[in-house]
Amino acid sequence: MAVELKKKNILIIGLLAVALVYLVQLFNLQILDQEYKITASNNAFRYDVQYPARGLVLDRNGEMLVANETSYDIMITPIEVKEFDTLDLCKIFGLEIEEVKTKLKEYRKNRRKIGYQSFPFVKQVPAQQYAHFHEKSWKFPGFTSISRTIRSYPFNAGGNLLGYITETDTAFLRRNPDYKMGDYIGRTGIEQSYEHILKGQKGYNIFLRDVHNQVKSSFSDGKYDKPAVPGKTIISSIDANLQQYGELLMQNKVGSLVAIEPSTGEILTLVSSPGIDVSKLAAINKHYKEISSDPYKPMFNRATMSPYPPGSVFKLVNALVALEEGLIEPGTSNSCYGGYNVGRGMGCHAHPSPVDLTESIMMSCNTYYAIVFRQIIDNPKYSSVREGFERWRELVMSFGFGQKLGSDLPSEQAGSMPSSQTYDKIHGKDRWRSLSILSLSIGQGEIGTTPLHLANLAATLANRGYYYTPHLIKGSPDTLINPQYTQRNYTLVDTSHFHKVIDGMFKAVNSPPGSGATARIAAVPGLDICGKTGTSQNPHGKDHSVFICFAPRDNPKIAVAAYIENAGFGATWAAPIASLLIEKYLNGEISREYLQEYVTNGNLMQNVPIKKQ
Amino acid sequence: MIAGQEYRKLDWSLVIAYLALTVIGWVNIFSAVYDQEHATIFDLSQRYGMQFIWMLTSYAIAFAILFLVNPKIYSTLSGFIYGFSLLLLAGVIFLGIEVNGSNSWFQIGPVRFQPAELSKIATTVALASLLSKYGFNLKSPRGIITTALVILTPVLLIIMQKETGSALVYSAFIFMLYREGLSGWYLAVGMLAIVLFLVTMGISSFAAVIVLTAIMTIVRGVTGKYPLRHFLFLLFFVPAMIYSPKLGELPFLEGIDDIHPTWWLAVVLMPALFYHFYKLFKAKMARMWHLTLVFFASLMLIFSVQFFFENVLQPHQKARIENLLGINVDLHGAGYNVHQSKIAIGSGGFMGKGFLKGTQTKFNFVPEQSTDFIFCTIGEEWGFAGSAMLISLYLFLIIKILNSAEKQKDNFNRIYGYSLASVIFMHFLINIGMTIGLMPVIGIPLPFVSYGGSSLWSFTIFLFIFIRLDLDRRK
Repeated sequence: MAVELKKKNILIIGLLAVALVYLVQLFNLQILDQEYKITASNNAFRYDVQYPARGLVLDRNGEMLVANETSYDIMITPIEVKEFDTLDLCKIFGLEIEEVKTKLKEYRKNRRKIGYQSFPFVKQVPAQQYAHFHEKSWKFPGFTSISRTIRSYPFNAGGNLLGYITETDTAFLRRNPDYKMGDYIGRTGIEQSYEHILKGQKGYNIFLRDVHNQVKSSFSDGKYDKPAVPGKTIISSIDANLQQYGELLMQNKVGSLVAIEPSTGEILTLVSSPGIDVSKLAAINKHYKEISSDPYKPMFNRATMSPYPPGSVFKLVNALVALEEGLIEPGTSNSCYGGYNVGRGMGCHAHPSPVDLTESIMMSCNTYYAIVFRQIIDNPKYSSVREGFERWRELVMSFGFGQKLGSDLPSEQAGSMPSSQTYDKIHGKDRWRSLSILSLSIGQGEIGTTPLHLANLAATLANRGYYYTPHLIKGSPDTLINPQYTQRNYTLVDTSHFHKVIDGMFKAVNSPPGSGATARIAAVPGLDICGKTGTSQNPHGKDHSVFICFAPRDNPKIAVAAYIENAGFGATWAAPIASLLIEKYLNGEISREYLQEYVTNGNLMQNVPIKKQ
Repeated sequence: MIAGQEYRKLDWSLVIAYLALTVIGWVNIFSAVYDQEHATIFDLSQRYGMQFIWMLTSYAIAFAILFLVNPKIYSTLSGFIYGFSLLLLAGVIFLGIEVNGSNSWFQIGPVRFQPAELSKIATTVALASLLSKYGFNLKSPRGIITTALVILTPVLLIIMQKETGSALVYSAFIFMLYREGLSGWYLAVGMLAIVLFLVTMGISSFAAVIVLTAIMTIVRGVTGKYPLRHFLFLLFFVPAMIYSPKLGELPFLEGIDDIHPTWWLAVVLMPALFYHFYKLFKAKMARMWHLTLVFFASLMLIFSVQFFFENVLQPHQKARIENLLGINVDLHGAGYNVHQSKIAIGSGGFMGKGFLKGTQTKFNFVPEQSTDFIFCTIGEEWGFAGSAMLISLYLFLIIKILNSAEKQKDNFNRIYGYSLASVIFMHFLINIGMTIGLMPVIGIPLPFVSYGGSSLWSFTIFLFIFIRLDLDRRK
């Protein structure tokens, strides 16, 4: 027993020895050592936050889209403010004297709560005023300046894509405790999607103060300072020149123009018109009223947020579904005499008859698709209309319709895709037939797709059966790309069927005059553009003009969707715009000056009904 | 389960020390994460709000252990408890989520839970049950191997979760084993190994060999009949060893200047070793054989440390040890935490800056301020006085547990008590040691004080099982 007791005591002695060593070290740190010693009052150190420069945004060719500019914030540390010449300060910054006085009064009222904190007093001061202030700063105790970077936009393109930065608001701070009052965050577009890459890391410099609260020196020669880490540069997939050209083509029109590189899913151009000028982005607060009162809503990104009926371009999808289901083959012909006359019927324009699959696309025959669509829905393979419809819906959704594609555009919307329940609600449970939903055959009715969906459809056709999720960023060693952007998404339609539809698209553009082809205006010799027009009826006035296409036919480099609101036939506006964009991208120059002039001079704004706010 | 008046006989001093520690913890967590934007005290989005919940639930658990659970089940079910904890430890490697680079957390809804915390209790229960078994002999090879297996299995599983810090805590059981009959030599050899490791890392293997020889000579001298001879040996041989590489400069040895300096050391050491072996075989003393064994094992340790350091340790662990030893101090990298932590504690002075007045705290300079570095907040805001008080509180708790464990009639209870004290001590040693720069940064919590549900719950269970076991002795 004695031995055990001794062992217990040895353990206790060991414990006491450790405690003693720790106490000695604490005594050393807290009382003897001056390096770690700071006076017990709170104010021996002053931490000056160092804001990092935000990352830059380049276009795919290295063109600078978003850069930084220095501006200055004048900070106030209320507890250090002493008597000063208020008038002089107001003169420097052009402030109202009353405004300054009320501010100071408020600080005095809350001085307990504020303690040693600093606040921005005047924000984003131009360099000249800053220099003026700097000269006289000794006259204004408690006022200091810190440099901040604000955004500048050297290249005038892509206002709706880039997004902007603003100061954090209280609601945001509550959700994101990592941010502090006064930090900038990215809103919308690339600034928001890639905030984590662009923002960088804040640092600080530590200064010592003496008993009179004057900043004396840098603490330990800056040994404990933490430098700010600048944000990383993002290489965007946007082609700045093409984006700019696209914006030129879309001027004075309402709608969208989207171009994707099919082999990667990279978005080359994404125009939503009318858009926002980059010159307004840097100081968005000043322009806020003007922007929000604009009836055309320039901040609203139509290309990703607006669901429209796709119109006749959707016939391509129905043709592919029918091919996959084995209901038609290229040689399948149907007659058309000015329309489909079963049930409520459906009109068609004048064209030669009968048409096979290729011609049905080339001439955009409604009757052909009314017949094909009814075959799909009433397919005897399935026991009911409901089942036939569900199968159709499954195949269509595999193209990405009716859901978010998962792009890095924060505003992306899913569009709409009717389900059996939708029709149960309209017609009563199972009281609907293929005829009741016939408008889906030509891309009308309950379906809503965004222009991004349509551009993605063009890319899927170009790839003969798969697409990469559209995205705005090119990967680089610094900024790794989301791995899902490098995965092929296959549709449920077999890849062997795509060329049959593409034949029709090729002929729609490249047929001789008098053949009835709908998109001859889009043809450019040597570029082998394949396209499909659409004319989308809508309850808000004149038809929307739609066109999707890709080029060249083999090994396609670009896929485009153009959607112009209330502009009439697809061939009238959308087709020329998309065609010019492709020519610009592939050839670098425009051979059809007259067409370019026609498009840029066109003003379709008055066609668009304005909703009263 | 406790009837009538018996609860009055509870060891209330332990309960009060426990309550005091949890309250101190909460107050400092509040201070560490406090800012004016979240001024309500029980805001559940903030850590102090969550910790308040953890505290209340811990008290409920403590109550249940004291009054509802039959204390017999711990020894009866020890095998089951241990097995279950191993299952959890293995499961978390595959099913756990990754937090700060280690796979040691289960996530169930919003709650995260670290099985490594609970497995300390399970291992303790298993050891207490094993060692108190009738006929168990800790000194037999069979006894040592089973004991080692019980301790090392969870350690291995925890290392596989990349939680080396938590695994290190299991070395605490050596104190309990020492009390239960393990020779003090094991403790001494363990410490020797640590010293040699640090010298090898901090200076060089060359210096470590000299230190080893010196220590061996002292032990040999102190325990033998001729202390003076050994003292003289030290006096002449240590300088000789230090300057041994100069041998290479001698004219007739000039050809062999390319070898590692340690070889010159061997040249000097050889005669002494021959002398030692001569004596050894003549005298045939078991004690000397042990010493010789330890000497050669230590040499092996020294030369494998470099290898170990280069090939086994993760970069961040290497950096932390290097930083502790003052090698390669990178104030913005691995040394950053410790420096900021020392500034925070050092700035506290004698009386501290006062509640909520810590500047280092406000600006988040010390990372993990509410968990592993909570002692910083205490040091900064309550000063030397507050830090010393907290240390005293731990001393009280540990010594009280040791004393009360020693008095247990039941072996199971005693072994449990010693294990509990040892584990609390180990956490105390490492956690406070790292914040004041005496230990490498190893992320383990300060018992009862650090933020975190897993840690608070398991230490509560750990302690209150002992308080309940102790009650049986008192009534």
